[in-house]
Amino acid sequence: MLLTPDNLQALWLTFKVAALTTLILLLAGTPLAWWLARSRAWVTRPIGALVALPLVLPPSVLGFYLLVALGPEGPLGRWMLALGLPTLPFTFAGLVVASVFYSLPFMVQPILNSMQALGERPLEAAATLRASPLDTFFSVVLPLCRPGLVTGCIMSFAHTVGEFGVVLMVGGNIPGVTRVVSVQIFDHVEALEYADAHRLAAVMLAFSFSVLLALQVYSARQARKGRA
Amino acid sequence: MSAEALHLQARLDLGGFVLDVAVDLPGRGITALFGPSGSGKTSCLRVLAGLERRARGRVAAGADVWQDSAQSLFVPPHRRALGYVFQEASLFAHLNVQDNLTYGFRRTPAGEQRHGWDRPLELLGIGHLLQRWPHELSGGERQRVAIARALATSPRLLLMDEPLAALDAARKAEILPYLERLQTELDIPVIYVSHAIDEVARLADHLVLLEAGRVTAQGPTSRLLTRLDLPLAHGDSAAAVIAGTVQGHEPGFHLTQVGFPGGNLRFVSPARQRVRAPGETVRLRVQARDVSLTLSHQADTSILNVLPACVLELREDSPGYVMVVLDTSGTRLLARVTRKSADALQLAPGTSVFAQVKGVALLD
Repeated sequence: MLLTPDNLQALWLTFKVAALTTLILLLAGTPLAWWLARSRAWVTRPIGALVALPLVLPPSVLGFYLLVALGPEGPLGRWMLALGLPTLPFTFAGLVVASVFYSLPFMVQPILNSMQALGERPLEAAATLRASPLDTFFSVVLPLCRPGLVTGCIMSFAHTVGEFGVVLMVGGNIPGVTRVVSVQIFDHVEALEYADAHRLAAVMLAFSFSVLLALQVYSARQARKGRA
Repeated sequence: MSAEALHLQARLDLGGFVLDVAVDLPGRGITALFGPSGSGKTSCLRVLAGLERRARGRVAAGADVWQDSAQSLFVPPHRRALGYVFQEASLFAHLNVQDNLTYGFRRTPAGEQRHGWDRPLELLGIGHLLQRWPHELSGGERQRVAIARALATSPRLLLMDEPLAALDAARKAEILPYLERLQTELDIPVIYVSHAIDEVARLADHLVLLEAGRVTAQGPTSRLLTRLDLPLAHGDSAAAVIAGTVQGHEPGFHLTQVGFPGGNLRFVSPARQRVRAPGETVRLRVQARDVSLTLSHQADTSILNVLPACVLELREDSPGYVMVVLDTSGTRLLARVTRKSADALQLAPGTSVFAQVKGVALLD
């Protein structure tokens, strides 16, 4: 076996975090993107900037603020303790919450782009064909925005798999709980276990390349369809 | 809606352009909203459909009140029993033709469905396209599917926003007969936006003229086309529209004869149009430049149609020309003659003349 049980455990954990993060982001990011695309309220500007913030912020900064906010002394942490809930830092749940914030723009931006490209016309056509706004959202908007949704999911998953700084800050390095692949590789290097680091790094490299290749092929196919 | 009227009173400020209209439209036949671009035709249609939420006013189709700003009443578009055909077909790209057609039908309350979703198929000649995708259709096919999709919801009112504007002449000619059939077979009132007078002359029974967001005139098409105080009865393209009945044919000469209250008109049967059976009602267009006037009946002329007429009104047209409105037993004709001829014949309201009609176009 090329990969040690420790490495396999890290891979499985990484997959779980990324899958769960992507699912949560898909459910939360889609309505958020719709609101950003449709609302004319001024608050869409600051909210839009907030959503994009993880793109430019060092992950350690985002991780630091999340740690402070979610910790037992933080505003969210205190609130959770008051409700009898455990605090999130250094737990699997905390890792997922942090990942959701960290990968938010990667889900919202592609969906938002495809929603803005949609224009008014399909919505008006649906309205004159007796579809309520909610009905229109599910029967017209989502199917027409599928390329954006697919891209958002792929990007969010891949981006979550690649996170490091936020994990270290919020999740720490607990085997089987928060020790994801990127942290595991760092550990291997620290311990001078270069062979292990190599294997794991190669898996990540192959995975990331495949994802980006798949995305390229997918968008090329969509573009061809759109032209036809 | 049968003969119940459609009421539209609306004010809509679109920044730099204000729509301010109040009209009652007939609840049957085809009503054309006609005017230059930017005159507010499309805005009227959008207000009727409920697509302009900012509009203030009152919209009612028969007994159904769709909007009454005084009572804060606004029925959203999806609860209005209307069909809307946009300038571009706007088919759903993710659905094939059949799913596009059933989209609105499935959402129409069962009690309002007056026919199956497939009823308009035959009417629009698209039965063979059901499994195709929108991007596989020609522009004309796409627009026909869009019309069928709107009709599948059994609308009580069909709104059409320049449905032919995006098409070339050949595609237009392909769709126009379908629009006419639609009217005779479904009996749904149609509000038709257009800036092409030939379309309007061919299709519309009733005409509403718009300019700069206001209604400048409305009435039966044949009457509005011959009113000298309106822009339609001017220039080279001015024409009268006459409704008549086919009387018979002279096959040896390829002639069709149509009778109307003012007499008979004979013309060479158009090669590309189907032969009309005697008794069929048709619409004819007589262009003002194809009508010349004489004071006495000319027997030795090559002109086939000579109608006794009375001058109702005349007005200076472009320099050197005079537009003359003629009455032939209640039906109006236009004649565009030179100022010199008008003076020589001493034309004035009340003058009895003979109208020599050189060209007649069969419209439907």
